[in-house]
Amino acid sequence: MTQRERPMSPHLQIYKPQLTAVLSIIHRGTGVGLAVGTVFITWWLVAAALGPVPYEQTRELYGTWFGQLVLLGFAGCLFYHLCNGVRHLLWDMGYLFDIEDVYRSGWVMLCASAVMTFAAWFIGTGL
Amino acid sequence: MSFESPLGRVRGLGSAKEGTGHFWHQRLTAIALVPLTFLFVILMFVFIGADHARAVALMGNPLVATVMLLFLLTGFYHMKLGMQVIIEDYISHEGAKIVLLLCVSFGAIALATASIFALFKLAFGG
Repeated sequence: MTQRERPMSPHLQIYKPQLTAVLSIIHRGTGVGLAVGTVFITWWLVAAALGPVPYEQTRELYGTWFGQLVLLGFAGCLFYHLCNGVRHLLWDMGYLFDIEDVYRSGWVMLCASAVMTFAAWFIGTGL
Repeated sequence: MSFESPLGRVRGLGSAKEGTGHFWHQRLTAIALVPLTFLFVILMFVFIGADHARAVALMGNPLVATVMLLFLLTGFYHMKLGMQVIIEDYISHEGAKIVLLLCVSFGAIALATASIFALFKLAFGG
């Protein structure tokens, strides 16, 4: 018996992105970003343990515009994953399951992580 | 010879043979990382602009070293658990999956060991 080619569900090309799904995949994305970021934390610690010269070289590298961009990205991942992680823990405890609460907490979490990221950035750069 | 019934042996284990251990450890480390992340960020503010001598002196503070150690241990374990789930979810090829899972395990342990050894060296005087 021949099988007709049928569209798969959910049909991603016409599927409107929803906040719930988008925030969920960003949570994973930021998790991967943080995993990459652990290399830079380890790098910094090992450089410091190696001595003053490697430490200063690392500081210089992290101080370049590209280094700062990576650190800003790391901070963004960190605060997003932190805030959304708290949302996940609240779900685990049985809260925020009504669809309104899911959306509201999603927007609150997004704002909170953005505010934290920029606050950390301004404190860090001494502005 | 086991006197356990076949059902008794598998009950609660699920397909991954570990029961809810993975899920539970992910949550435990997540809860611990909420305060630890804030403490880590605050510590990083203190380290900004520090030269090597000051960085060594700061790490020599037992409170700083303890927070760093807890953050690293918990963070690397949480990372390993999370990356494992992502690979298990998206990589369907069995061989590639096993290789990637090994990379994640070895990578996490290597990074954790390197960073913690460096931390101890700094904490005990550089």
